[in-house]
Amino acid sequence: MPTFSEKYKTLDLDRPLDIAATASIASVERILQQGRARSLEEFAALLSPAAEGYLEPLCHLSQKITQKHFGKTMRMFAPLYLSNECVNVCKYCGFSRHNDIPRITLELETVEAEARILHKQGFRSILLVAGEHPKYVSNGYVEECVRRLSKFFPSIALELGPLESERYQPLVAAGCEALLVYQETYHEETYRSLHTAGPKKHFHWRMDTPERAYAAGFRRLGIGALFGLHDWHREALALASHAEHLLQVCWKAQLNVSMPRMRPAKGEFEQVEFLKDHHFVQLITALRLFLPHAGITLSTREPATLRDGLAPIGITTMSAGSSTEPGGYSSFDESTFQQTREQEGEQFHIADERSPKEVAAVLARLGYEPVWKDFDQSLVRA
Amino acid sequence: MTQQTTQPLRIGDREFTSRLFVGTGKFSSNEAMRDAAAASGTELVTVALKRANLSGDSDPFANILDFLESDRYLILPNTSGAMNAEEAVRIARLAAAAGLPKWVKLEIHPDPNYLLPDPIETLAAAETLVKEGFTVMPYINADPVLALRLQDVGCATVMPLGAPIGSNRGIETRAQIEIIIEQARVPVVVDAGIGAPSHAAAAMEMGADAVLVNTAIAIASDPAAMARAFAKATQAGREAYEIGLGATSSKAEASSPLTAFLNA
Repeated sequence: MPTFSEKYKTLDLDRPLDIAATASIASVERILQQGRARSLEEFAALLSPAAEGYLEPLCHLSQKITQKHFGKTMRMFAPLYLSNECVNVCKYCGFSRHNDIPRITLELETVEAEARILHKQGFRSILLVAGEHPKYVSNGYVEECVRRLSKFFPSIALELGPLESERYQPLVAAGCEALLVYQETYHEETYRSLHTAGPKKHFHWRMDTPERAYAAGFRRLGIGALFGLHDWHREALALASHAEHLLQVCWKAQLNVSMPRMRPAKGEFEQVEFLKDHHFVQLITALRLFLPHAGITLSTREPATLRDGLAPIGITTMSAGSSTEPGGYSSFDESTFQQTREQEGEQFHIADERSPKEVAAVLARLGYEPVWKDFDQSLVRA
Repeated sequence: MTQQTTQPLRIGDREFTSRLFVGTGKFSSNEAMRDAAAASGTELVTVALKRANLSGDSDPFANILDFLESDRYLILPNTSGAMNAEEAVRIARLAAAAGLPKWVKLEIHPDPNYLLPDPIETLAAAETLVKEGFTVMPYINADPVLALRLQDVGCATVMPLGAPIGSNRGIETRAQIEIIIEQARVPVVVDAGIGAPSHAAAAMEMGADAVLVNTAIAIASDPAAMARAFAKATQAGREAYEIGLGATSSKAEASSPLTAFLNA
C-alpha cells in the first residue's frame, strides 16, 4: 500500500479544483438530497460558489450528521506548550529560529505546575506542544513529561516534530494516545518557500508522519492545514484526500481534522488570502458531509463570537483558555483569568480569551455537554 | 406509564420489570440524561467507563455516575473505547475495583468509525471475565454462531446489533436475530440501530428479551418525552409477543371461516 506522499505525487487535483470553481446548483442540491458527499468530486462541489448559496441547509445537515455520530457533546482539551526552542525556519511561525523571542524549555517541575492549573480548570485531555529541537526537545524529555502528566490527564496527545515510528513507540508506551501533525500547506512549492531551514523542510517526510505514528500504536491521529498559506480550495481538497487515505489505511485510528486560519505572530509573513468567515463555514460543512465520522477541532485562534456560532455546526473538539507560550498558564490570574504579564514567547496570539469555565457555560447554553474526560489511561497502560 | 403486565426478565441474579435499557452517552447535559433515564422507566443504564472517574475520588469534571441513583438502576459499566480483549478486561477490572457492579457490557470495537464489534476479541474477553465472576453482556454483530459460543463460555446475555450504533436504521439484521432468538438459552437484548419506537416494538414482537436505546433518545429535541415513547413501544411489543401474534400468510384467510360447520 503506497503512503499518502507517494499517492500525492500523482494525485490529480485539477479536476476537483475545476469542480470547486464551476459546480452547478443542481449538483449541490443533489448532494444535499443524498445527505453526504460520497467522493472527492462531490466534496469539491461543496466548496464551490454555487454551494455558497446553500450555506444554511448545509449547516443544518452538518449539524444533524455531527449530532448523530457525536451526540450533543463537545470534547474539551487544552494545549500545554513545553518548549519554544526550534531549529526550523518557518516564515509564518512565532517560534521560527530567527525570531528574537525569549526561548524556554520547561523544567519538569514547571510542567507539573502548569498541569495542576489545567487540571483544576477541568481539563482531563491535554495536547503537549513543542518546537522541533534535537537537544532541548529530545525523546527522553517528552517521555518523562508524559509519565508525570498521566496522573493528571487520562488523555495525552502530542504535537512535536515528526519522528521515526520506532521513536514514537516509547511515547505510546508512556501513555500517549494521540498524535497531531499538520501539513501546514499541501502545495509543495509553497511549502518549500516557507520552510527554508531545519528538518521541517522535508515535505514528504512530514506528510507520512500520521502513518508512521499509526504504526507505532497511536489510536487517534490529527491532521490539518494552516489556511492562509495557499489557495484554500486546493488546501481543502488535499486535506480531504489525506483524510480519506488515512481512513482506509489507518482504520483503527480515530481521525481528527483541523483547519487553523493564520493568526498574527512574530515574523513578517503576509498571508496570501484570508479565508473569509463564510468560506470557513462552507469548509466545515463540506468536511462534515465528506467525513461524517471524523472529529473536527476548533482552537482559540478563532474569536469568541465565531466559535460560538461554529460550535453547533460540525465541531466536535474545542480548546479553551489556551496559552501558546511555554509556562503561559502560570501567568494567568486565576480569579479574573487575565494575563499578569506580556506573553512574548508565544507561537501565535489567541483570539478567544475567555476562561474554560466561560466557554463551558456558553456551550451548555447552546445545548452541548462539555465532555472533559472521554478516555482512560487504563485503556493504554497496564 | 402503562401498567406492566408482562413477565419479568431475569439476567444473572437480577430481575427487571422494564425491558427497555438505556445508554447515557450523547446527551446535551447530565441533567437531560438523568431525566430521560427516569422517564424511560428503565432499571438498567449503561455508562462508558472512559467517561467516568475510576480513581474512587469525586471529580466534578467526570461525574456522570453522580447523576444516576444506584438504588434505582443497575449501572452497567461498558468498555467502549477498548480496541482489544486485553484493554476491555483491564478497564472492567478497574471498574469493579472502583466499586461499580461486577457486571459489564463488553464492547470491543477497533474501528472507531462504525464501532462494529470485534468477534474474536469479544469472545476472548468474555471468557476471561466470566471466569473472574463478572456478569458479562457482550455487544455483538448479529452472528448466531458467535452468540452460541458466547453462551457456551457463560455470558449472561447476548446483545446483537440491529444496525450500526447511532445509525437509527432499525432492525436490519432481522433474519440473523431471529435465529439468535430461536437458539438462545440466555436473554437476547437487541442493541444499536434502534432509531424509532416502532423499531423497539418490532424487536420485542420478534421475541427479543429487551432492547437497549441511546442515540435516538439522547439527541431527540425532548429526550425525556422520547424515552417515554420508547418505553410504551417496548412494552407494547412485549405484550404482543406474549399474547402471540398471528402468523403471516400470503393467502387471504377469512376471520370467520365458512367451512367451520364441517368440524362441528
